[in-house]
Amino acid sequence: MTTQAEGGEGPVQGSSRPKMTARDVRVSYGDIEALKGVSIDVSTEDVTAFIGPSGCGKSTFLRCLNRMNDTVASARVSGEILLDGHDIYAPDMDVVQLRARVGMVFQKPNPFPKSIYENVGYGPRIHGLASKKADMDAIVEESLRRAGLWDEVKDRLQDSGTALSGGQQQRLCIARAIAVNPEVILMDEPASALDPIATAKIEELIDDLRGRYAIVIVTHNMQQAARVSQKTAFFHLGTLVEYGDTREIFTNPKQPRTKDYITGRYG
Amino acid sequence: MSIGFVFLVVLALGGLAYWLGRQRGMAFAVAGGARVGAVHSRPQYHGAFVAIMALLPAFLVLAIWAVMGEGLVAREVLSGLPAGAVGDSDLERSAFLSEVRGLVRGDYAAAFNPSAEGAASAWKLASARYGLLFASASLALGLMGGLWAWTRLKPDFRARTRVERFMMILLVVASLVAILTTFGIVASLVFESFRFFQMVSPIEFLFGTQWSPQTAIRADQVGSSGAFGAVPLFWGTIFIGAIIAMIVAIPLGLMTAIYLTQYAAPAFRKVAKPVLEVLAGVPTVVYGFFAALTVAPAVRDFAISIGISNASSESALAAGLVMGVMIIPFVSSMADDALTAVPASMRDGSLAMGATPSETIRKVMIPAALPGIVGGVLLAVSRAIGETMIVVMAAGLAANLTANPFNSVTTVTAQIVALLTGDQEFDSAKTLSAFALGLVLFLVTLALNIYALAVVKKYREAYD
Amino acid sequence: MDRQGAGVRGNLSAAPTAWGSDQMQARIRRRYRQERNFKAMGILALMIAAGFLVFLMVTVIGSGWNSFRQTQVLVPVTFEAERLGITPEQARADPRALSRANFQGVLSDSVERRFGDDAALVSDGAWLALRKAVEADPALIGTTKEMWLIATSNIDQLSKRQIDLDADETNRPVNDVEIAAWGRLKAEGKLRTVLNMTFLTSADSVDPELAGIWGALKGSFLTLVVTLAISFPVGVLAAIYLEEFAAKNRWTDIVEVSINNLAAVPSIIFGLLGLSVFLNTMNMPRSAPVVGGLTLALMTLPVIVIASRAAIKAVPPSIRDAALGIGASRVQVVFHHVLPLALPGMLTGTILGMARALGETAPLLMIGMRAFLTSVPQGLTQPATALPVQIFIWSDNVSRGFVEKTSGAIIVLLVFLLTINSLAIYLRNRFEVRW
Repeated sequence: MTTQAEGGEGPVQGSSRPKMTARDVRVSYGDIEALKGVSIDVSTEDVTAFIGPSGCGKSTFLRCLNRMNDTVASARVSGEILLDGHDIYAPDMDVVQLRARVGMVFQKPNPFPKSIYENVGYGPRIHGLASKKADMDAIVEESLRRAGLWDEVKDRLQDSGTALSGGQQQRLCIARAIAVNPEVILMDEPASALDPIATAKIEELIDDLRGRYAIVIVTHNMQQAARVSQKTAFFHLGTLVEYGDTREIFTNPKQPRTKDYITGRYG
Repeated sequence: MSIGFVFLVVLALGGLAYWLGRQRGMAFAVAGGARVGAVHSRPQYHGAFVAIMALLPAFLVLAIWAVMGEGLVAREVLSGLPAGAVGDSDLERSAFLSEVRGLVRGDYAAAFNPSAEGAASAWKLASARYGLLFASASLALGLMGGLWAWTRLKPDFRARTRVERFMMILLVVASLVAILTTFGIVASLVFESFRFFQMVSPIEFLFGTQWSPQTAIRADQVGSSGAFGAVPLFWGTIFIGAIIAMIVAIPLGLMTAIYLTQYAAPAFRKVAKPVLEVLAGVPTVVYGFFAALTVAPAVRDFAISIGISNASSESALAAGLVMGVMIIPFVSSMADDALTAVPASMRDGSLAMGATPSETIRKVMIPAALPGIVGGVLLAVSRAIGETMIVVMAAGLAANLTANPFNSVTTVTAQIVALLTGDQEFDSAKTLSAFALGLVLFLVTLALNIYALAVVKKYREAYD
Repeated sequence: MDRQGAGVRGNLSAAPTAWGSDQMQARIRRRYRQERNFKAMGILALMIAAGFLVFLMVTVIGSGWNSFRQTQVLVPVTFEAERLGITPEQARADPRALSRANFQGVLSDSVERRFGDDAALVSDGAWLALRKAVEADPALIGTTKEMWLIATSNIDQLSKRQIDLDADETNRPVNDVEIAAWGRLKAEGKLRTVLNMTFLTSADSVDPELAGIWGALKGSFLTLVVTLAISFPVGVLAAIYLEEFAAKNRWTDIVEVSINNLAAVPSIIFGLLGLSVFLNTMNMPRSAPVVGGLTLALMTLPVIVIASRAAIKAVPPSIRDAALGIGASRVQVVFHHVLPLALPGMLTGTILGMARALGETAPLLMIGMRAFLTSVPQGLTQPATALPVQIFIWSDNVSRGFVEKTSGAIIVLLVFLLTINSLAIYLRNRFEVRW
């Protein structure tokens, strides 16, 4: 692609090196090639939005970043994805650790059928991040606070996570992801199943979390991408068409395809 | 006149009735011309109407003949015999009758029982008379029905509606068979149990701990009353079916389902599932034979080798183990369904947190699928306690109230078989107690099934 | 950057988790070990289940295949007219006279003459072969003929190497005299092993070498014919009614609940129903295939109804709409369009139900099909037994000859079941329509 972003490009960014770097990533399911060579950098300072029409490969690419494609038997991934300079597909990379460092929030809220406390405590417990009950309590409280859910649920931590409203469930899932102290958080259309008020809360939350975690969000809602992200990547038919500052992409796209999509010619 | 021949004649009568009806219908159609609506039904419906009206009564008579005919003849032959010619027991009577039948057919040249020769000719006479009676009744009713139907045909006669209404009645009757069966089960079990409870108090039956269902031959015999405390049977049933079998089946079935749904490659799954289905399709009598011939001696030898001297060759453990293996495919397929119904997003959610597959399964999938798995296990228990052949062949009949798996216990089903096979008069408390046991078994399995199905249904709806 | 609740607490420090620490690495190694163990447990469970199946098959086939072989002894049989009590002329004139002839005597004389009377070598039932020979050729009377006759079960077992010769005489079923006689016969070449036609063509017997499965097989067949003739039409019609015509009301709910529960009622309860209703109330003949068939039909019915309903449900509504749209009545729609499309599914369900009925034992015991019958049943109302019941009867018998026969009968039953199930799978694959 011609407009691939190179690390350090753009004046908005600081000088820090990118958190994750992808080079020529290709994914195929059986005979179908879903991703045809994508290269991109993600940094901690920015929220990066992936936009594009359905089936363009943006979710596939997102799932490569924490190797969730491993769970699909027919998926084959090639290319290079680095997290802090280490190839995440290298044999010595531990996928369990990787996923703890690169957390994920799904399109549909998927709390476990356990209490709110257990939902948030699940990750720290399996990874052994808290040895004492007090530590665990602290992690749960802090995660729920950061997810902006603490005040709503602090009196009913033992209620089932599935009893919350849709928006609360999604924030619970974000709290759950935060609880394992990740470095990157991937969000796959996190607000698409929610009403406008709940969506606004999630967007506010994403803005709050910026800087502490590298955040990548897939969305098909361009207003949302414009609101929450600093960098935007436009995917189309398995290729990365354009990547750059969000303001730039939305006001002055370089590629005609990007322009057509943004102005609503197709989608 | 043989029933097969009459059957063919009746069929021919039906065919004739159809043809006549259709001819008449065609005549109407010709007379009515091409005008739509002049004749209500097409000719074949006229034919079908006449045929149904002819065949229905004829077949009804034939069915009665087929089912009751031989019994009527046998009864007449037996009642015509001089007193004492044949013994009183069912066995002697049926041996005598089969000899008579053999003579009638010409299988035997000479009779062993002197009365049989005479009985054979009586048999021939009686069966000829009954045959003539049923055959003529069948044909006469068929002819009358067909004739009546034929006279009713008119151009505006709604033959199709009639035929379709007949079809509907047939459909309703067919669907009623299920209810009738349920009703028949409940009625017969309740009725016979009621007679049993007139002889033995329900309290003694349900809470007594002594089971020795002898009935006295002489009134002064020792222990003539018999004891009908069924607690040892209930315990044995639970011990074998709900405890030992489940200890085998739940872990093995569950782990099998987990491996097949969560780990196995699709190609492997494709091979392994039919293997489990074969295991499920093996008749229980085969499992019983295997339990008695191979597993039970092995269990006894093992018990002796660890120092249990009074180990029985018919142990609860042997029967329970084999029953557990029999139930594995059932538990596995129920658990398979339950695990597959857990939304993939839940699994992904856990994996995305960095949980290993086994952590995901143990901490997320199984808790999520638990109601479905529990429902499946309850259905498996219901099936295990109703299973008969394995316990009949491997568990024995000793009604012990013991928790030692190397001892012999007996179960409800094994006792039902023991009480009702062999020679016995039908009204004794011994025989009737089998129906009381059957009633308990029916009610318990019914309750388990209804509860389990409700649990499973609710679980499915939760994830739909 | 100021964030809400910015107080850094617990382990949620700004610093990333120290994944590389020894402690963390050890923990991860432990978790992977657990993962491997868990997966191994899954494989183990599957292996145990499959292993049991293999063990069962090996045991059954290992002891059962011998039942398809029969040992025969070569005996010179002298057909003395005097001992028979019949002349060649009489035999020619009236074949029925043969049934009065004393073939048993001729047999025992010939055997005694050849081997002495200290060991039973030839089966008591071998005289039937003598009669058959004379029936075919009355001129045999008065002559001597070398004939291959069925050996006793003990000789048979010795030939098949099923007896541990090293065991003490009191601990083995065969005595030393028999072993010695067997050794002599073998050395002289007077023994042979052939396909066991007796096992495949005769009914039960008290002697294992004369017992066969044909009677039970025919009983099973007659029973299943009745079962099929009743449960298939009734089941299909009931399914059509419930799926296509029944209004959704309390009444159909009761029918639904009945069917679903009947499918899970223990089979022995159906036996009690058969005993109480068919035998004791309706006075139908005991031990008869017609009663067994009726009982099994009631048991199979729910299976067929459930399978048929699923098949009908799978037919898309568009086909019904199309037929209704051109003016077909609802009955015509069902019988002309829905039924043919649903038939393969219904047949598959029916075949599977029949397979289950074929393997069923307990209800048949209740209605007296446990009879010891030495003749093959000839009709639906005559005493009969069924293959699984025959297995059950034989399994009670501890003699080696019957253990072998039991396994042999199991092999036959499993072959039938496998064939039936394969047929169902074939049908399902052949006619499966994807909408």
